[in-house]
Amino acid sequence: MSKMTLTIEGDTHVVITRRFAASPEAVYRAHTEPSLIQKWLLGPDGWTMPVCVNEARPGGTIRYEWTDGKGGGFHLTGEYLELVPFGRIVHLERMHLPDPTPDNRVETRFEQEAAGTLMTMRMTLPNAETRAAMLATGMEHGMEASYVRLESMI
Amino acid sequence: MQNLDTAFSALADPTRRAILARLALGEATVMELANPFEMTQPAVSRHLKVLEGAGLIVRRVEGTKRPCRLAPNGIAAVDQWLAMLREALAQNYNRLDEVLAAMQPETGKDMP
Repeated sequence: MSKMTLTIEGDTHVVITRRFAASPEAVYRAHTEPSLIQKWLLGPDGWTMPVCVNEARPGGTIRYEWTDGKGGGFHLTGEYLELVPFGRIVHLERMHLPDPTPDNRVETRFEQEAAGTLMTMRMTLPNAETRAAMLATGMEHGMEASYVRLESMI
Repeated sequence: MQNLDTAFSALADPTRRAILARLALGEATVMELANPFEMTQPAVSRHLKVLEGAGLIVRRVEGTKRPCRLAPNGIAAVDQWLAMLREALAQNYNRLDEVLAAMQPETGKDMP
C-alpha cells in the first residue's frame, strides 16, 4: 500500500500528499521542531542532519545540513512566509549544490481527516526547466540509494 | 529496452538524465534544451545523439529544426526514476510515522 502520492501539476507545480495516523498538531510540530525534524527528514539510509535551524515564525530562517558521514553532503536554506499553527505553512527553500537552486515556494497544509491528518505539500517552481532540474536532482539521490542497495545485493 | 548496456551508459550522465527529465515535460528543440542547462548547442547535440542511439529519445524533422521527444522506452526510464524519488520520500515519511507514534503519549502534556 502506498500512502504517498507525488504528481506534477501544470508547468511549475509538484504536489505531494501523505496521510498520517496522528493529529494535525503532531504532524505540524514534526515539521517545525528541530529535535523532531532531525529524526525523519533524512533521505537515503545512512544520512543524518547534524545542523537543523527552524525558526517557525514569519520571516524566520530555515537551514538544514545533511551529511552521509563519508564527507558527502549538502544543505538547504529557506525563510518562512506564513504560519497558521497546526494548519498551514508557506515557506521558500533552495538547495545548495553548492550553487543555490532557484527558490521553491512550498505551501504545506495539514487537515484533520477521520482520526488522522491529510498533509498536502504544493511546490511552485519559477519555471518548467527548474522543476525538471529539481526532479532530476531528486532522482539522482533516489538512484544513489538504489545503487547502494544494489551494491549490497551483489 | 533493446540494448540495455547502451541505455545504461546513456543514463550514467547527469546532464543526459536532466535532458530526459526536461523532455518528460514535452517536446523540445536543441536550442530550448541548451538554454536551461547553460550548454552550447553542439554539446547538447552530442548528448542527444547518445540518447537517440540508446533508443531513449526520437527526433523528427521540422524545416531546419529537429525537435526531440522521449521514446516510449525513455518514458519508462523516467517513470522509474520518479518511482525511486517517491521511494526516497516515502522512506522519510515512514520514519515520520514512527516519530509521530512516539509523540502520541506526549499529546496534551501542556494541559494542566
